[in-house]
Amino acid sequence: MYVAVKGGERAIDNAHAWLAEERRGDTSVAELSLAQIREQLKLAVNRVMAEGSLYDPDLAALAIKQSRGDLIEAIFLMRAYRTTLPRFGTSQPVETADMACDRRVSATFKDVPGGQVLGPTFDYTHRLLDFKLAAEGELPEAPSGTPRREPTPHVTSFLRGEDIIEDQPASDATPKDITREPMSFPADRTTRLQTLTRGDEGFILGMAYSTQRGYARNHAFVGELRIGSVAVEMDIPELGFAIEIGEVELTECETVNQFKGSKTEPPQFTRGYGLVFGQTERKAIAMALVDRALRWRELGEDDVGAAAQDEEFVLSHCDNIQATGFLEHIKLPHYVDFQSELELVRKLRREAEAARVAAQQAREAAE
Amino acid sequence: MTQEIAPEARKGWMSLLASAAEGRLVALFDTLEAQPDHDWLRAPETGGVMVRGRTGGTGAPFNLGEMTVTRCTLKIADGTVGHGYVQGRSKRQAELAAKLDAMMQTEAAAEVEDKILTPLRQEKAAARDARAAKAAATKVDFFTMVRGED
Repeated sequence: MYVAVKGGERAIDNAHAWLAEERRGDTSVAELSLAQIREQLKLAVNRVMAEGSLYDPDLAALAIKQSRGDLIEAIFLMRAYRTTLPRFGTSQPVETADMACDRRVSATFKDVPGGQVLGPTFDYTHRLLDFKLAAEGELPEAPSGTPRREPTPHVTSFLRGEDIIEDQPASDATPKDITREPMSFPADRTTRLQTLTRGDEGFILGMAYSTQRGYARNHAFVGELRIGSVAVEMDIPELGFAIEIGEVELTECETVNQFKGSKTEPPQFTRGYGLVFGQTERKAIAMALVDRALRWRELGEDDVGAAAQDEEFVLSHCDNIQATGFLEHIKLPHYVDFQSELELVRKLRREAEAARVAAQQAREAAE
Repeated sequence: MTQEIAPEARKGWMSLLASAAEGRLVALFDTLEAQPDHDWLRAPETGGVMVRGRTGGTGAPFNLGEMTVTRCTLKIADGTVGHGYVQGRSKRQAELAAKLDAMMQTEAAAEVEDKILTPLRQEKAAARDARAAKAAATKVDFFTMVRGED
């Protein structure tokens, strides 16, 4: 039975008015501009774009401001906005080999063409709070070197010559799109990658960590991690050729995994892949580990029953918007549902009590 | 008057205009001697483009996520049609990109090239070089400590 109950409007309006006031906070403190969020909270902006599955730094900054810094709420706003956009088309696959790299490191080879480029990293900082940031001050300009203008080749391309690493042959197959058709299982790798790249960073991180601790262990090395921008090209029907429609910043991680061989594959190095919008290094590494764990079937490995191998478990639960929607709906009014539960439990209690009394009377009669 | 245009050349300027900052484009456009009027063939609209990557960087395409794009099509007074496809949600940027695309097919091409495309190209290359230079300064120079054994 559905019973419409009115009367919440005024409370809701007032709650939203107070929300706006709380969002602004103490008015003696300067208000944040979207440009400040975009420029100075860039990694939050990146996470919101990656999991919101929409690359637009200004919109992500707006979403962060509107959500008071609740990033899952901000991601929700991005996803909702995304659904209002007409789809103009799909890009050609981005060429990450041509990336203008801000950062590029390999944990497998010390001397790689292009070198180990650290970029603006938190690595090697001491993780001590820097109280200088609490004060305003001019920043010295970071040093410059001789810019590299040629593309930086992928590290895995060096192993490929030796035929000791699994090949990833190019194809022009049209991938499935989870924003257009619901996921089905078993899912192919392209569906898994689309789901993982917009999946919750914390969830993907936890799954990846579980593989390192021994649940579907797959001995990952970071063959390469690169961060930088790539051009996005799209075919323009009215022109009959492709143009660049912009640039996106991406983080790409390729893991190289020891593999003893299986019933179907020779001993070789296998690969896990992570590609995520923005500078999102933790997420890209985690994505590569989870991608590799989910590939057990196509590589002929055993299913050891680990959570990270279970694609239905991983893919169905990594989306923080789906998860939030279902989790948080239980706080909304369920008065009628609960009323019927209450009636049921009262009835069960009456029956249990009656049965207890009857049993006691039977025992007393027997004595 | 529309001239024959090589697709490569047109791809070059349209690509450049796609990622030009709105404010900069407006400022450069104002330096042109004549700014043609236009009729809309397709008014500016914002939409999404699904960006694809490749599995393992080289393999099968997969859907990475969308980006915002604004596009429009217009016709300037002499009948030349221009298209604008720009990253983000700026209708003004799309309009100017389309107008400049049209002008690049006319006798105004030399002036547009000189006053708008050349500076944009130089600024883009300089910005890219500046980042690459900062990256280069963070490149590790490995060296081995030789231990004295004698």
